[in-house]
Amino acid sequence: MLQLIILLVAQTTVLLAVSPFLVGLIRKVKARLQLRRGASLFQPYADLAKLFHKQPVISTTTSWIFTATPYIVFASILTAGLLVPTFTSQMPMNFAGNIIALVYLLAVGTFFLILAGLDAGSVFGGMGSSREAIVASLTEPAMMLAIFAIALTNGSTNVSTIVHKTALLEGIVTDPSPHLMALAALFIVALAETGRVPVDNPATHLELTMIHEAMLLEYSGRYLALLEWAAGLKLAVFLSLIANVFAPWGIATTVTPAAMGIGLLVYVMKTATLAVVIGIIECMFAKLRLFRVTDLLGVAFILALLGLLFFYILRS
Amino acid sequence: MLNLLWILLGGYGAGILLPICLRERPESQRLATSVAAILATSAGIVLGLLGLMSSEPVTASFSSTIPLLTVAIRLDPLSAFFVLTISLVGLATSIYAIGYLRHLERLASTATLGALFNAYLLCMTFVVLADNGFFFLLIWELMSLLSYFLVVTEHEKAEVRYAGLFYVIMTHIGTAFIVVAFLIFFQSAGSFSFEAFRHPERPLPEGMRTLVFLLMLIGFGTKAGIVPLHVWLPYAHPVAPSHVSAVMSGVMIKTAIYGLIRVYFDFFGGQFPWWWGFVVLFLGATSALLGVMYALMEHDLKRLLAFHSVENIGIILLGIGAGMIFQSYGLKSLAALGVLAGLYHTINHALFKALLFLGAGSLLYATHTRNMEEYGGLLRRMPWTGGFFLIGAVSISALPPTNGFVSEWLVFQSLFLSFQIPTVFLKLMLPIAATILALTGVLALACFAKAFGIAFLAQPRSTHARHAEEVPIPMRIGMGILATLCVALGIAPMVVVPLLDRVVAPLTGISITSKVLAIDGWALAPVNVEFSSLSTPALALMLVVLAMLGLGLAVALGGRLQKRHSKTWGCGINLTPRMEYTATGFVQPIKRVFSTIYQPTVKLETEFLAESRYFAKRRHFEFHIEPIFEKYLYEPLVAFFATLADRLKVIQAGGLHLYLTYIFVTLIALLLLAV
Repeated sequence: MLQLIILLVAQTTVLLAVSPFLVGLIRKVKARLQLRRGASLFQPYADLAKLFHKQPVISTTTSWIFTATPYIVFASILTAGLLVPTFTSQMPMNFAGNIIALVYLLAVGTFFLILAGLDAGSVFGGMGSSREAIVASLTEPAMMLAIFAIALTNGSTNVSTIVHKTALLEGIVTDPSPHLMALAALFIVALAETGRVPVDNPATHLELTMIHEAMLLEYSGRYLALLEWAAGLKLAVFLSLIANVFAPWGIATTVTPAAMGIGLLVYVMKTATLAVVIGIIECMFAKLRLFRVTDLLGVAFILALLGLLFFYILRS
Repeated sequence: MLNLLWILLGGYGAGILLPICLRERPESQRLATSVAAILATSAGIVLGLLGLMSSEPVTASFSSTIPLLTVAIRLDPLSAFFVLTISLVGLATSIYAIGYLRHLERLASTATLGALFNAYLLCMTFVVLADNGFFFLLIWELMSLLSYFLVVTEHEKAEVRYAGLFYVIMTHIGTAFIVVAFLIFFQSAGSFSFEAFRHPERPLPEGMRTLVFLLMLIGFGTKAGIVPLHVWLPYAHPVAPSHVSAVMSGVMIKTAIYGLIRVYFDFFGGQFPWWWGFVVLFLGATSALLGVMYALMEHDLKRLLAFHSVENIGIILLGIGAGMIFQSYGLKSLAALGVLAGLYHTINHALFKALLFLGAGSLLYATHTRNMEEYGGLLRRMPWTGGFFLIGAVSISALPPTNGFVSEWLVFQSLFLSFQIPTVFLKLMLPIAATILALTGVLALACFAKAFGIAFLAQPRSTHARHAEEVPIPMRIGMGILATLCVALGIAPMVVVPLLDRVVAPLTGISITSKVLAIDGWALAPVNVEFSSLSTPALALMLVVLAMLGLGLAVALGGRLQKRHSKTWGCGINLTPRMEYTATGFVQPIKRVFSTIYQPTVKLETEFLAESRYFAKRRHFEFHIEPIFEKYLYEPLVAFFATLADRLKVIQAGGLHLYLTYIFVTLIALLLLAV
């Protein structure tokens, strides 16, 4: 029981601590590629601290949904985070939910953010909500199929079990093609779900393009801080998922301090690498027009479907 | 247990007779009819629970003077489960009706409405209890007719009469198919008793079995609202009084699910080829997806909910269809899992859909309109209704830790476990069905984010909404019961699963409680914990603890909260409700992306000022989506029959002697055939 609680606290702390760093890293990579010096890697921490101290301004048209949403979004994404292994595959919360539960926990956040976007009654919020609804509709089927392709090769839909099994095999997969297809699909889904270029641009407040930022437009102070933190957490969750499912090397498979230490170090390196890749992608591609996002997510869906087909064909 | 049945009968009987006796006193009529229904439904709940617990089915039968008709009832776990579902929703709606009937006073007599409602609930209870084919058909027909009368409560309106006519025709087409199927059974069994259907004297040949399968699917499918037989739902559900819509959509369409399970798993003993299951699965996936897609485009809240019934029937059929496929391959525990998932979703949908319809009724009560574009800002004016509606919306969107999530999760599991089927085709099809379910789920989320967001948030969009007031206490209690159950069935699957297992075990021949429940019941883990597990109590606990953590972090890092209130920034001008996002605007991207399905037609007419073409004087915007099924399936059919009737007019001369001749000729022909 004690071990369980320690692991839970450790996992929560790691996620909370790492997520602003990943956001800062992506920004830094983008800045460097654009020949700017960019802000410090730890600027997001300072931003959060500052936002928490600011007095929030609440719109008079809003209801309790508006003030409750930041807490709900924060809690649901963090709960989803506790289902994904980070530095150890011995996740105490493995039994609480498999990857479908994870997808639906993230959907809780989406649902309440959409409501919050509508609550202030401004056009921007409504626009963001409306767009978030369509992007979410297109990502989830692709995500579900990609997950299933991975689940098949491992005989499990529980993320920790998948990672643990693959880690014990030292990452050797006999026929990697279904895995690679699923990886590509999941990566596109991750870009869409975390509001990254080419689906959304987290660095803009231009009304024509924003999705996620539009829903947050009326937020300030600690509410904004929580939502920004939650957005970072979502990024961390997706990067942990991709990193550990497809490259579980170095993750702690036993509960010993040494293994955990190495696991933590490797985890930060893996997610940092993925963050750098996202930074590079953000510099290389322009944001897609909203109605072209369909094509991109269609590609993700087809890739996942091919992964599934490959699995059955290679097997038979 | 028979005593409980008498209480139930007495309660409903009193509910039918009392309001008619208490003439000219609407206040006492309203109370009497509801109290009687509350008594009867409470008895029904206990009866259902006892029936689920008991090991032996309880039977009773009374012979009648009508040949072949025996009033026989049988309470086995399957019937008990449906009695429980009907009674739970009946209880909540009866309490709700105490307040809601006042709203209808101007439109219809309380006595008639109360009596009909009680009779309707009574019939539904007996449909699932009936143990004789003839009796079943009689009660089934009575149920359909009573619901028709309830639908046309506001018969002064042409719209309502049209909806009623549409409904009564569709439901009779369905009944006709069921009658034929029952006659085929009768022929092989030599009796109308269900026991004889199970073990017929001369078993049905393969071709006949297939025919019965299809007839039942069409017949019950019409009642359930499977695409393309769903067209009556969006007409009939919105025009009925809201507590009636709640019962119709929540439980009446489920009697068809009962019928399908009873026939396929009980009468046929679970013996069927895989393609039967595949057809059910395919129809389920189609209904789920198209149901939610059409729901998204609706702005009439009750029509929107009606389309969602199509969607949820689809989800139930996905579970049952998967179960049938597994059953045909002899994978018994998986078959049990699929059916269990379907039944879990059945009771969940009954609860949250009834809750949402009652919520819609409350909005109608408070604002006198069903048009969502005229709501807005109602959460501040109607906090109770808003809160309950939110719980319903979260449940139907299958968000953890509510009940809708648990049953959809179970359906997902039964679809994902398809890799154990030996056929590659099915191995691929079931995951694709799971993908369609994922798309359906997230579109439902979008739809209810729209419904709740547009109706309850932001500024009021009309004077009606601005002056709305919270509904009376009985209506709140009715919704509260259902909302509590939605949450309870979500975080306590360990209570629900063993009960459902008692229903499924006799049908599939295997008990799977021990295989589904893990860690002393704290987690669901179909087949094994390795493959998948889910613990909604743990998730609920984590959500609460982590929300507290968020609160704690905010206080620790930011100190005491000092809010400031201010108007929403409107780029320098005052925001008015007319600037808010509308329901139509909200779904525009979805409409555009899925335009292949919607085939939308948009008409925009602009009248310019005489002075300049840059300033519009008036704009007229119209948008329609193509009603594909009505246009390409029903209209040609109706046209065909109209032409046929026109032709046959020739033999209808109107003379009595001619008709007597027809009867005589028919008799002779039949006699010749018999010889």
